[in-house]
Amino acid sequence: MVDSLALAVSVPLVGGLLATAIPKRAQALGLLASLVAVIAVAWVLVGVWQEGSLRSELGGWAAPLGIALVADGLSAALLAMAALVALGVGVYATGYFRRGDAAAHFWPLWLLLWAALNGLLLAADLFNIYVTLELLGLTAAALGALTGSVEAVSANLRYLLVGLLGSMTYLLGVALLYTAHGTLDLGLLAAVIQPGPVAASALVLMTAGLALKAALFPLHFWLPPAHANAPAPVSAALSALVVKAAFYLILRLWLDVFAPVVTPWAASLMGLLGAMAIIWGSWRALRSERLKLLAAYSTVAQIGYLCLFIPLLQALPPGSERDDLFVALVLMALTHGLAKAGLFLAAGLVQRDAGHDRIDDLGGTAQNMPATTFTIALAGTALIGLPPSGSFIGKWILMTSAIESGQWWWILVILVGTLLAAAYVFRVLSRAFNLEPTPRRFVTQARTEVPALLLALASVAVLGLAADSLWRLLGMGEGA
Amino acid sequence: MSLESLLPVSILLSSLLPGVFIFLVKEESHILRGVLNMAGALIKLLLVGVMIWGVYRGEVYETRLTLAPGLDLVLAADALSVLFVTLSTVLWLVTTIYAIGYLEHSPNRSRFFGFFSLCVSATVGIALAGNLLSFVIFYEILTLATYPLVAHRGTPDATRGAKIYLAYTMSGGVLLLVGAIWLQAITGPVDFTQGGYLGVLSEGLHGPLVAVFLLLLAGLGVKAAIVPLHGWLPQSMVAPAPVSALLHAVAVVKAGAFGILRVVYDVYGVGLADQLGLLTLLGILASTTIIYGSIRALSQDGLKKRLAYSTVSQVSYIALGASILGPIATIGGMVHLVHQGIMKITLFFCAGNYAETLGVHNVSQMDGVGRRMPLTTLAFSVGALGMIGIPPIAGFVTKWYLGLGAVEADAHWVLLVLAASSLLNAAYFLPILYRAWFRPEPDSWPKESLPQGRFETMGALLWPPLITAALCLIAGLFAAAPFSPLEWAELIARREYL
Repeated sequence: MVDSLALAVSVPLVGGLLATAIPKRAQALGLLASLVAVIAVAWVLVGVWQEGSLRSELGGWAAPLGIALVADGLSAALLAMAALVALGVGVYATGYFRRGDAAAHFWPLWLLLWAALNGLLLAADLFNIYVTLELLGLTAAALGALTGSVEAVSANLRYLLVGLLGSMTYLLGVALLYTAHGTLDLGLLAAVIQPGPVAASALVLMTAGLALKAALFPLHFWLPPAHANAPAPVSAALSALVVKAAFYLILRLWLDVFAPVVTPWAASLMGLLGAMAIIWGSWRALRSERLKLLAAYSTVAQIGYLCLFIPLLQALPPGSERDDLFVALVLMALTHGLAKAGLFLAAGLVQRDAGHDRIDDLGGTAQNMPATTFTIALAGTALIGLPPSGSFIGKWILMTSAIESGQWWWILVILVGTLLAAAYVFRVLSRAFNLEPTPRRFVTQARTEVPALLLALASVAVLGLAADSLWRLLGMGEGA
Repeated sequence: MSLESLLPVSILLSSLLPGVFIFLVKEESHILRGVLNMAGALIKLLLVGVMIWGVYRGEVYETRLTLAPGLDLVLAADALSVLFVTLSTVLWLVTTIYAIGYLEHSPNRSRFFGFFSLCVSATVGIALAGNLLSFVIFYEILTLATYPLVAHRGTPDATRGAKIYLAYTMSGGVLLLVGAIWLQAITGPVDFTQGGYLGVLSEGLHGPLVAVFLLLLAGLGVKAAIVPLHGWLPQSMVAPAPVSALLHAVAVVKAGAFGILRVVYDVYGVGLADQLGLLTLLGILASTTIIYGSIRALSQDGLKKRLAYSTVSQVSYIALGASILGPIATIGGMVHLVHQGIMKITLFFCAGNYAETLGVHNVSQMDGVGRRMPLTTLAFSVGALGMIGIPPIAGFVTKWYLGLGAVEADAHWVLLVLAASSLLNAAYFLPILYRAWFRPEPDSWPKESLPQGRFETMGALLWPPLITAALCLIAGLFAAAPFSPLEWAELIARREYL
């Protein structure tokens, strides 16, 4: 039988290799591979929806010897989000890269990145995670430098070094665990781990490494220049997916593997860093002169929101309230992924049309491209957390939980963050109203504008109104 | 899914779907856009007609969508929501006709009418919201959908006004959000219930419930323009006249006032709100706003600014009605939801006609305008006299019931507020009428743009104010007829106080 989990990783990988081998056909091969990979991911999704979780041992070797792939609701949800973003980025790229050699460089790296990401989301042991994490970092930095401009190369060289430092730190933690317990399988480790100096040091090391990659405040310094200077489809993938992957691992470690080791104090520290990320990121986004820089700082803030969940989750006993909160966290991550991808793709179009992305001078451009401006508005709605976006529901549950657990101070942070986000989003949108002549039609460049619009729309309408099915997918709530 | 459960969502979609398509319509396709607009408005009117009849007979209409465990998006029809839905549907139809005429040659019409439809959809959502979560959702969407309308002109003034509007409403919005979440954390998910749902579980929770009420009131008070949260309203006067009409009579301000009614009657219940001392607070705020708005209106020379402060004042009659314990004052407050709407929209249509036809923006330019534009000025006079409370126009009915309710509840100070406010209303409206009818016409108007045809101005601009002025008269004259706003308000009051 053909294995859907293996396909989800191998299809983009093979597509990437083919695109390298036949650079003239890179775009066609890349698109084809993307479509097949999306189908493979849909297959995984259906499997998880029906069975709750999937596991496959490659080559028939069981853990701890072989390489195992597992998919549960969380990884399936992120896999699906990644597939949507990837499809959007792929279609967009066919219209965005007009020169043949740029496309020939983009596709192999991009498909490799996607394969690494899917591998990371499905990996069942800490070492495979390390391998995919490293691959993800390398391809991401290479893609980010694709424009070849001085800023892009220097920002992404820094990104590369930071990424290496992050994965080395992570690997140190893995080594500690392996010495102590003799296994790297996530499931086996979770069963044997005990609070103590080894586990605590491993957690600190691994978290620090991942926090560096997830751009968790105050380790976010590398993100804004790297994301803002990359080509638009790459920025979209970096902000929506790559950062999320590192955060996904933090979540797995804190909530699954190391759950008995995590103390309330440590969880609160994560929350505090998240709070500072929200305020600082939003503030810097508001002060940004350039649209893509604004979007990049907004990512820093949004990662902060995800961290706010950790102290609240830690405080709750297992049960339906904790489940709801956990799904809300996933919902916010998914919403941000789709919205930020849409925003970066739209920002790329604005930048191309205007020749720059200085917010204060964007007037005519914003008005000339109604569909793109609409994309920014929809994505902005999701970033602010206004209804009917998925992040509105996420924030509602987050704040409910903060009130019920008595940790009301997080609410103040959320309120300030929301208002700052509204300020930075509308700072851009207010440019769309001026005395320029009326644009004749809504969509001017279908191949690039429509993917961006659909991604942003999905973050608002689909994730907002159909959020309940996420509970079902994650096997939680009444549906389970 | 039965037909009954589809009706509320169909009413919502009848403006939402045309709105979405309008965005995609090419700028020069007037006819297609007009057809979409009018088809949506007429279908909505039809569906609302069905709903009125059903609710009158006690049918239950409810659309429910589970967003997450414990979080349901509920659209339901009770007597109060039908009152607001009907108001917004009828006035949307009239305003659409007016806007098509008003924006005939201006740029960005697809964008304008797209957001216009979204705005009305959000208002209908607010009216039909069956619980606090749904209310908050549509309340925030309304903020988003109105922003582009206020900024529509694109002048520096317009962007500034829109920014101020947004700053106020977003800040109010987050307070409302916290209040709603806090309340839901206390009670769990509960739908709006006639007579309130907090009464039974308020034991020992008085402190938090008062705090929640203050948060909700702060959030709603921004849109309802309760002093000191009213600052955005005069600033957003830069918007085109149909938008001002919509903001003041149908959508934004009304949404705030309607929310206050919902919270007082269907969340807290008047009994509990009174017991917690919240009604007194609301009464004081409303009275202050009524007087303050009227005083500020006196000194405004800009016609639209004067009308804006008049709105600040008049909308608080609704809150005032809610703050007096007793069914008669409740009727007065509820019915004013409709009466203020039809009177104020008439006034704004007329102000738009003066500006568009003659270039008259200020009260001081209005000398003799009644001779040049008699029909418009007639409609304006009906609206203005109604605001003062002259019988038999609708405004009189409101003031009569509010006064009677105050006497019934032994709140005699309310009579003073009503008297003072009526005097002030007269002081800022009568001079306008005097100028318009009795002063001589000037030699030339500031900017006479439309040629004098068969009528004093374009038909699409003239008919809407005449229709709404007629509605003001009918609502007053036939207040006792079945299905009049007053009768309907009595139906609501009966159901609330049972």
